Amino acid sequence: MTSRELLKAARLRVTNVGSIVRRIIGAPDYERYVAHLRDHHPGAKPMTYDEFARQRMVERYSRPGTRCC
Amino acid sequence: MPKALRFGIWVIVSVLAALAFARIALGRGETINAAWLLTAALCCYAIAYRFYSKLIAAKVFALDASRATPAVRLEDGRDYVPTNKWIVFGSHFAAIAGPGPLVGPTLAAQFGYLPGVIWIIVGVALGGAVQDFVILASSVRRNGKSLGQMAREEIGPVAGATALVAVLGIMVVLLAVLALIVVNALKSSPWGLVTIGLTIPVAMLMGVYLRWLRPGRVLEASAIGIVLIVFALFAGQWASNQPSLAATFTLSGTAVALAVMAYAFVASVLPVWLLLAPRDYLSAFVKIGVVLALAGGIIVSLPPLHMPALTQFTDGSGPVFAGKVFPFAFITIACGAISGFHALVASGTTPKMLQREPDARMIGYGAMLMESLVAVMALIAACALTPGVYFAVNAPAGAIGATAASAAEAVRHWGFTLDPTQMETLARQVGEKTLLSRTGGAPSLALGMAQLFANVLGGSAALALWYHFAIMFEALFILTTLDAGTRVGRFMVQDLGKHLWSPLGRVSWYPAVVISSALIVALWGHFLYQGVLDPLGGINSLWPLFGISNQLLATVALCVATTIFIKMGKARYAWITLMPMAWLFAVTMTAGWEKLFAPDVKLGFLSHAHLLEGQVASSALPAAIKSISDARRMIFNDYLDAVVTIFFMVSVVVIIADSGREWLSVLGGRKPVVSSEAPFEAVPVPGD
Repeated sequence: MTSRELLKAARLRVTNVGSIVRRIIGAPDYERYVAHLRDHHPGAKPMTYDEFARQRMVERYSRPGTRCC
Repeated sequence: MPKALRFGIWVIVSVLAALAFARIALGRGETINAAWLLTAALCCYAIAYRFYSKLIAAKVFALDASRATPAVRLEDGRDYVPTNKWIVFGSHFAAIAGPGPLVGPTLAAQFGYLPGVIWIIVGVALGGAVQDFVILASSVRRNGKSLGQMAREEIGPVAGATALVAVLGIMVVLLAVLALIVVNALKSSPWGLVTIGLTIPVAMLMGVYLRWLRPGRVLEASAIGIVLIVFALFAGQWASNQPSLAATFTLSGTAVALAVMAYAFVASVLPVWLLLAPRDYLSAFVKIGVVLALAGGIIVSLPPLHMPALTQFTDGSGPVFAGKVFPFAFITIACGAISGFHALVASGTTPKMLQREPDARMIGYGAMLMESLVAVMALIAACALTPGVYFAVNAPAGAIGATAASAAEAVRHWGFTLDPTQMETLARQVGEKTLLSRTGGAPSLALGMAQLFANVLGGSAALALWYHFAIMFEALFILTTLDAGTRVGRFMVQDLGKHLWSPLGRVSWYPAVVISSALIVALWGHFLYQGVLDPLGGINSLWPLFGISNQLLATVALCVATTIFIKMGKARYAWITLMPMAWLFAVTMTAGWEKLFAPDVKLGFLSHAHLLEGQVASSALPAAIKSISDARRMIFNDYLDAVVTIFFMVSVVVIIADSGREWLSVLGGRKPVVSSEAPFEAVPVPGD
């Protein structure tokens, strides 16, 4: 493989790892939401990232069950 | 792999486990190596996972990969998102991991390593992992219902309501205990206070960065945050070396307690994106970091265990906390063996993320096994300390006095060796004024970890940095659990309080927010403050209260699970949940009874109150209590703790009685054997 291809593969790997880590620590997964709307409700207008993130975070911290002792 | 070979491997694993246990149990009088504990633990976990969890998955639930999970059926890109099982495992483990498996085993080390290690390994395999797995699977089959909802639907409204109130009570005690651990770690420690204090603006900086500068770039912000907190670590060291700054930041226990209460109140009221969420991201990394560091340190150095297998404190005379080994060893170690709170997490967001039903086995059972391994490592770190040092750090001033000389004297009186200069040298080496009576488990764990790391790299010159690194990381994620927990508690207060005064339920109405936050902080803050002032050390009374309430919640969860088993028509497997439930019931009721009625004043709340009342009446207060009003406040607190204990015990009896009624109805044929699972739907085949 050329060095450019190697670099591209490495960057893809890093992006994948990044996305995995983000989902493990619980960061709001906006891409997933938008992809879901696009696939299942075409034409529906998705929330902005801001609204989405705010909703997710409020939900996370309003019920016992997201964190243990 | 041929069947004979697989069989052979499992025979070897079992023999190894048996050998390791034999070595641990029979190696009395000699110092054994931590490797034996690790071997026993790992082999037992492997066997339990391979055989026991498989039994539950196959025979009880018949987990079916072709049955659509709620994440698949109800996918909405927000709550219900089918996720790869490794990611769910990671996120579930990050959710259940916390200070619990680190502190409990450290405190229980006062009985020696044997009771702790047996309870951790056997308890998790037969109790904790079973609970987590069964509740997760049940919740998945019910579209992600929470434990409270399942209690209400499977047992009855009385059980459901009782469970809700009990959970609020448990949260209050949990928050008080966590706050006490932080206070004990940061009082009279300018380095610790400055470093942890700086993590607050660091988190707020991350919050601002994520909101306005680079929205969504969570990993970038976390990387910046981590770099900044390492910087904060060194800033703390610098501040502790400036005489004027060191003096300003050397706070008493009560001052730190008030600061922590004020912080939690503010953090729970501020918008989530500013403080709570960034702290949460940081904490996830820090938690995993601490666990990996602990594992690395132990595996590389494989320390010998200096604590004996059993100490004389199994008879109940222990300085770290009062109570005999039965039932208190099983109360003190909760999160490493079985923890009711995990049932809330297993019926929280995780069930809505499962892609396939069989994943529940790895995530529910497996993640708990992993947490149990963390507990074993914490036990090893505590027992790798020499007993003299362990007790000097973990015993309250009421037991060892306030000077290195008095501590050495007390420790020698107990039959362990300790040189007065040893504690002074150790304190100087880690950069603290004193290590005496730094109770709560976190400082001694940090000390154990620092010694492990120093053996591996850095030598004793780096001891101070490793100690404060460990303390800072622990205090960071404990503080995050505290502020997030206060916010959750505030929602629960609003949720329950709206039945009494309806405007309180308006979640975005500012006065309601402020009042409920103030209320929840006042509730746990009261227990915290009393714990700080208690001459016996707050951990002595608060940790057993936390343990009892947590195990009682586990009893409730197992009770719900038994009801579900019976209603699924699998009553012949009900022993799987009844066995740990019965054990926990016996343990928690005995512990509750002893905390109420034991004649030992260090153990029983009521006898302690009567002693103080007598002293007040005859004006013969001991030196540790400064005034009559202090004594009266302690008496009030004893009665309060007693009432809280009675409340938990009664709640569990109510729920078990309600369940028993339901079991008899179903088994006696008066009610149909009908489960409330969501109906079977096949997984959509691609191309449909």
